[in-house]
Amino acid sequence: MNALGLSAMTALLAVPAGAALLLVLLSSYRWGARLNVGAALLSLLAAVTLFGVRPEGNLYLRVDDFNIYLIALNNLVSFTTSVFSASYIAHELATGRLTPQYLRFYHAMYQALLFAMNLALLANNIGLLWVAIELATLITVLMVGLYRTRAALEAAWKYFILGSLGIALALFGTILVYLAAQPVIGEGLPAMAWDQLLIHAAAFDPALLNLAFVFLLLGYGTKAGLVPLHAWLPDAHAEGPTPISAILSGLLLNVALYAVLRFKMLMSANPHALAPGPLMVGLGLLSLLFAGFMFYRRGDIKRLFAYSSIEHMGIITFAFGMGGPLANFAGLLHMTMHSLTKSAIFFAVGHIAQVKGTQRISTIRGLTATHPWLGWGLVAGVIAIAGMPPFGVFMSEFLVVSSTFARQPGLALVLVIGLLLGFGALLWRLHGLAFGESHSANAPGPTPISALPMMAHLALVFIAGFWLPGPLVTWFQHVAVLLG
Amino acid sequence: MHDLGFDIAHLLAGGMVVVSLSLLYQDRLYALINGFALHSLVLTLAVGWQAYIQDAHHLYVTAGIALVFKTLAIPAALHRIVQRLGIHRTLEVVGGVGRNMLAGTALVALAILVMLPVTATANALAREDLAFALAVVLLGLLLMVTRQNAVGLVIGFMSLENGLVLAAAGARGMPLAVEISVAFSVLIALIVIGIFLFRIRERFDSVDMQAMDAFREERRR
Repeated sequence: MNALGLSAMTALLAVPAGAALLLVLLSSYRWGARLNVGAALLSLLAAVTLFGVRPEGNLYLRVDDFNIYLIALNNLVSFTTSVFSASYIAHELATGRLTPQYLRFYHAMYQALLFAMNLALLANNIGLLWVAIELATLITVLMVGLYRTRAALEAAWKYFILGSLGIALALFGTILVYLAAQPVIGEGLPAMAWDQLLIHAAAFDPALLNLAFVFLLLGYGTKAGLVPLHAWLPDAHAEGPTPISAILSGLLLNVALYAVLRFKMLMSANPHALAPGPLMVGLGLLSLLFAGFMFYRRGDIKRLFAYSSIEHMGIITFAFGMGGPLANFAGLLHMTMHSLTKSAIFFAVGHIAQVKGTQRISTIRGLTATHPWLGWGLVAGVIAIAGMPPFGVFMSEFLVVSSTFARQPGLALVLVIGLLLGFGALLWRLHGLAFGESHSANAPGPTPISALPMMAHLALVFIAGFWLPGPLVTWFQHVAVLLG
Repeated sequence: MHDLGFDIAHLLAGGMVVVSLSLLYQDRLYALINGFALHSLVLTLAVGWQAYIQDAHHLYVTAGIALVFKTLAIPAALHRIVQRLGIHRTLEVVGGVGRNMLAGTALVALAILVMLPVTATANALAREDLAFALAVVLLGLLLMVTRQNAVGLVIGFMSLENGLVLAAAGARGMPLAVEISVAFSVLIALIVIGIFLFRIRERFDSVDMQAMDAFREERRR
């Protein structure tokens, strides 16, 4: 049994790595796209296998109650995004924005990014976690600059500088954690293994741990797009290929936040260390409010939804910062719902930008009349992300707000103001996008089949608004307790 | 406590801080690149010395990487880039040299004030190394902030990474994985940067970051 689990864990890393190598060699972009989808499907199957048989961890890799679910989510969204990507890039090729050579590179990078994210989630060693996130950063920098336009290069450059800075700060924090652990655990690898760290965390020097956490929060927080370290995020989302925007928003932000949460668990395990909660609550609220105000002046549709990602990362960070079983439960649920909804929105936006030939909100009008599939898909997505019932995001936001009201009514007020700001802006924009009168030229829309990934995500979010499967709820509750 | 091994480690780590401070007032590109090469050379010596006194052989590898890549290869490549782009002119230092030096001194003081009380339980060598490393990291950040030029930014970032390597070397028995990855990251960083510099040249005829700032969303509408 354990051998199967071990091979599933290995497959999560080996399949994307092998596929990346193959894709470099493969010159046909059609086969490239198919191989990309196939490899993502294989990884998804491996991730699902982990639920049945869980391998034993070692000093480098580990599957536990916390990461198993994120691994499944990660591979699910990568798979659906690869399906979307196949229909998206065919159009980019037809309009000449990308050449077959670039596509070869793009597909290889897609799998390499999947490898890096799986490695970050599976890592038991805090050094390995750092390496994986660094690798993911470098790959996404290259992907964001893929179109080679002025704006794309500027966005990639800005992302590179800010991302590297964040990564550098996180490494300093990682070294400090090792220094705190070394007198207790001893020199060498065990002092960097996360499960060992957690067992001995209570004996660590609290002052060193505090300093380490500040660096780690700032470092990985940059990658998670928390204000004031968010400046790279809107540009990177707007200028890169849309499948990458979906991956960035839906998955990479989660991975960075996951790293922060791992270290938050260490902090909570040490009774004398600084409580990490207030710092996270502060950063979360700041992100939420900032994004709420920034919504109103956005003219670019992808930028609009990039700011929405900052908003939701703020909500999630806030929820985990509040802590306690209920708020953590809400945070985990919101992480999942945001991933699914935001990637669905980017799937819609990608096709919309293609049929309208622009990303400017003011020229995109009346989508429900001209392209019903895309238009109504976008309407459903935006209603979901704005936090209206009957979608799953409403459930999780409601839980965050109600659990905060019970404990800190003052903070809940700020939270609600932030949520309403975002809500208003999104609905106002949506009205023009979906129902205004269309004047621009209209290319024929994509076939309903290529809307399938979007519909699948929205259906999942819709179902989650009414009903969550029992095992999922048990898992959320269990991990919420672990998170402290 | 105050034996020769400690004193030399102290001297070398302190030397890195001094070189970092000297990078702050360089206003010519070549001088900045040479300053970075010197920074990496001092890093090589510091890490090599740590390897010797800790009897940690894997640190010699780290020192070797610092010598070959950061002291020789990267500065040489940057020289070539500057030559090929024909941008060997004076750099603008945002905020003026005097104010930057004052800010730099304040950052060094901050690093020492933050690190020393926090690491009271660690041994003296690790403590002071870490304080110096944090100072180098903060000075690297300051260097990045005060240079609008792409090459200046890159050098600021790499001097910051030198500080991280110093910190990793000072942490007794830290596994090799991290050092390799730092070196690895610098390598990849150079590739990416090289590509960027040439592409930026292709598109802009300039590596001045201010020219790029004009393409923000607000102005594109």
